[in-house]
Amino acid sequence: MAFPLTDGTETAARPNWLTAAKNRLQQLLAFASLIVIFTFFALANSAFPTYSNVINILFSTVVIGTLALGTTFVIITGGIDLSIGTGMALCAVMSGVFIVDAGLPVALGVPAAVLFGGLIGLVNGVNVAVLKLPPFIATLAMMLVAQGLALVISKSTPIYFSDHPGYTKISTGELIPALNIPNAVVVLLAAAVLAGFLLSRTLLGRYTYSIGSNEAATALSGINVRRWKVVVYTLAGLFTGLAGVLISARLGSAQPATGMGYELQAIAAVVIGGTSLAGGKGSIIGTMIGALIISVLNNGLQIMSIPQEWQNVILGLVILVAVYADMVRKKET
Amino acid sequence: MSATPLLELRGIDKSFGPVQVLRDVALSAYPGEVTALVGDNGAGKSTLVKCISGIYATDAGEFFFEGQPVQINSPRDASALGIEVVYQDLALCDNLDIVQNMFLGREKRSGLVLDEATMEQLAGQTLAGLSVRTVKSLRQHVSSLSGGQRQTVAIAKAVLWNSKLVILDEPTAALGVAQTAQVLELVRRLADRGLAVILISHNMNDVFAVSDRIAALYLGRMAAQVKTNEITHAQVVELITAGRSGQLGLRDENGTEYADLTTPGADA
Repeated sequence: MAFPLTDGTETAARPNWLTAAKNRLQQLLAFASLIVIFTFFALANSAFPTYSNVINILFSTVVIGTLALGTTFVIITGGIDLSIGTGMALCAVMSGVFIVDAGLPVALGVPAAVLFGGLIGLVNGVNVAVLKLPPFIATLAMMLVAQGLALVISKSTPIYFSDHPGYTKISTGELIPALNIPNAVVVLLAAAVLAGFLLSRTLLGRYTYSIGSNEAATALSGINVRRWKVVVYTLAGLFTGLAGVLISARLGSAQPATGMGYELQAIAAVVIGGTSLAGGKGSIIGTMIGALIISVLNNGLQIMSIPQEWQNVILGLVILVAVYADMVRKKET
Repeated sequence: MSATPLLELRGIDKSFGPVQVLRDVALSAYPGEVTALVGDNGAGKSTLVKCISGIYATDAGEFFFEGQPVQINSPRDASALGIEVVYQDLALCDNLDIVQNMFLGREKRSGLVLDEATMEQLAGQTLAGLSVRTVKSLRQHVSSLSGGQRQTVAIAKAVLWNSKLVILDEPTAALGVAQTAQVLELVRRLADRGLAVILISHNMNDVFAVSDRIAALYLGRMAAQVKTNEITHAQVVELITAGRSGQLGLRDENGTEYADLTTPGADA
């Protein structure tokens, strides 16, 4: 038979690693940008490339990075989660309620606070997947609810962990004394490894991509799309809870009025890292690079004494460039 | 070729509210054969397929699979029997690669972890078994494939599961000449491997090129199901457009309401 299918002219095999590299181009671009930005600041100011400042940068990546991990899953499914910022504040308050007010030991209070974050995510998931509310609206509503609840529960006053030195150690302690690396950085790294594993090696990750890529095809393949969406939003909630613990442990207090704005920084990190807001595409490594780019920019501009207002302008421009570069790349392939 | 149909439908009725879409439809699909399901737009082809695949519940009628009466109440029931449907354009996830698409919903795992090596190997074997050699890499994203290659992957996905009946919904609708030939060749190969194939098509050339039997739906009723070599091109067109052709097709006592409108032989 002379059908083109079997004539064998196109059998030249392309190595799988090359295909994989092509699929990961956006992450390579983001990584290259990180190096360029870092080098720029290193040349511009000698106070920038010191060990303690690098640790500083990593430390300031922790909260945005942790929030961005869960957000990566949500955005890959084609959704969005605006509730993670104030949700984090609410979880910090709940951590205070569990540990300071109710007197739970830290070893119980911390998991309880993280699970509370999961509960917030579960509600988001049910609203989006079962009640079919648009993710933007459902999580916008949750953002307001969480902000309000954080203030109501704490009576608008910060909860201090001064009597619980073990709690602040979660963020500021140093597990490996010689390296001077705060525990929060180690926790972020562990959380990122876990998230990367879930996204690239498990069913949850596979269905996260397939739902974002083609929800109808996923459903026709016999996959319970609703259930997996609920799982994804719940996972984002768990990371929100973890971020709430990390930020309150770092500050030594739960600040109920904070949180607003963190969700946008986390979403920015995810997008800079090459995750498409249209869904179906993204990675944890990319998100981590995106979060690092944001904190390197913040840190470097601060060291160069650029006013905060201009830092925001520059960050905004970086997001525009990152998304535009992604679009140009898509047109070319 | 077996005398027992793999899948036999009898007396299928389906209504959506006041609109009766299928009336007393019978259909048989035999192993090792391609049965072409033809009919004009709105004749009920898609509805019939969705009844077979368990997406729609039928109002009345019986299903027999390998001679045994069966119930198909959900897509899960259908795939448990070995019925796979390749939908026209909904079948694949663009951002997943070929292996990931082929195993979507039935991933191989060892513990928590996806067993990529085994899946890649099985996908490769399935494609090789279908003599598919045009894809460069099994790890290519489906978005980078041509229309014909995409259709090939979708069909291979359906075959991967030791399926017994594969239903193809207009697999060549959006393809060029060469790619259509590729896909038809693949359809023929499925039947040669002993599968029963139901091919939905508008294209008479495709139907005559590849099918063993032709089933023609006309306004929700099965006008005729005949062997392809016992019918002419023109007769099929008549069955599709008028519901009858000479001795074939719907008789007047069943179809008085539209018999007056037909002008026998007009299209021949």
